[in-house]
Amino acid sequence: MNRAALDLWVGFFVAIGLASLLFLALKVGNLASSSTGETYRLMAEFDNIGGLKVRAPVKSAGVVVGRVSEIRFDQESYRAVVSMQLDQRYKFPRDTILTINTSGLLGEQYIGFEVGGDTAVLKDGEKVKKTQSAVVLEKLISQFMFNKAAEDGGKK
Amino acid sequence: MDNVITRALTNLGHRVTSRIRRLGFASRFFAMTLVYSGTALKRFNLTIREIYFTGVLSLIIILVSGLFVGMVLGLQGYDTLQRYGSSEALGILVALSLVRELGPVVAALLFASRAGSAITAEIGLMKATEQLSAMEMMAVNPIARVVAPRFWAGIISMPLLAALFSAMGIFGGYLVGVQLIGVDEGSFWSQMQASVDFREDIVNGVIKSFVFGVVVTWIAVFEGYDSEPTAEGVSGATTRTVVTSSLAILAADFVLTAFMFRGV
Repeated sequence: MNRAALDLWVGFFVAIGLASLLFLALKVGNLASSSTGETYRLMAEFDNIGGLKVRAPVKSAGVVVGRVSEIRFDQESYRAVVSMQLDQRYKFPRDTILTINTSGLLGEQYIGFEVGGDTAVLKDGEKVKKTQSAVVLEKLISQFMFNKAAEDGGKK
Repeated sequence: MDNVITRALTNLGHRVTSRIRRLGFASRFFAMTLVYSGTALKRFNLTIREIYFTGVLSLIIILVSGLFVGMVLGLQGYDTLQRYGSSEALGILVALSLVRELGPVVAALLFASRAGSAITAEIGLMKATEQLSAMEMMAVNPIARVVAPRFWAGIISMPLLAALFSAMGIFGGYLVGVQLIGVDEGSFWSQMQASVDFREDIVNGVIKSFVFGVVVTWIAVFEGYDSEPTAEGVSGATTRTVVTSSLAILAADFVLTAFMFRGV
């Protein structure tokens, strides 16, 4: 095989290889959607974060507005401190309530923003005051069982 | 009696030391290949010729098996997921399993049996027909002229082949899941994009396939170079290439996965 044909085939091979990498990055992965644009940081303390993970989405009205960037444990208050990176385009009132929700019954956990009515907005590095912990399913079930047992005991 | 035991022990010891010596030679050979890589990179058309043999000629088997693996994933994944009422997550299942594991690993296994065995047989036959010695007589370093271009061609081809395998597999999963079964197209792609991370999943998959490329081609060129210069020796070396590199791929995959995805 002469060199021109060889170069053509190898060039073709490298081109479709790189094209498939590009396909993986843009169409399959989130390189296109994960805007590396400007973000600002918010912090919040939770009593219990449940199964929240770093990189979990932060949603408001169901729309992803940011991601969890760091989770650590505060030795002073014995609470979890969650840092989030939010898209610079979105501003939230200062009395926004943060809740930890689960998407679906078995889905991943995310932080939901329940927007308040304050006119002042949260700024970079600020700590959100009002938070609501994750719902721990085991606790709910045990509470339900205790109530049920108490009810049955009362009847006798 | 005494004699039998001593002989068995001597035999065992000999086998262990010869394995270790082979491993030492293999490491030295790896270092020599890297040192003499200058020619392969300077006269790049040597490497391009080998990319044609290892990469371009492996295209058909990689693309077809990628398509079928993706289609099977689509069928099996749908069957399991729809029991939990989450058949929309089919895109995530197909994409993550291909990009993280199946793409690099299966492509590397196919590469080892398609291209690795060919490299070993070629170099082994060159040795058996004393072409390598003839090169040395002409003051041409056979490692620089024969081994290094094949080595670099394998390293360049492997990540591209793995990416093609994954892309083709995702297309196969799309064909079966969306076109045949009727999973919603929008949620198939959007859920996939929401959970496949570029840095965590795709880059790690490419790193994996790169490591597999190094491992497979290293084993292939070494087995060829170290083979007995007989017809039997070459056939044994070719078999060893496929067996050893398949085991090495799976072992390396475990180590890499343990480092990359610890579920933190």
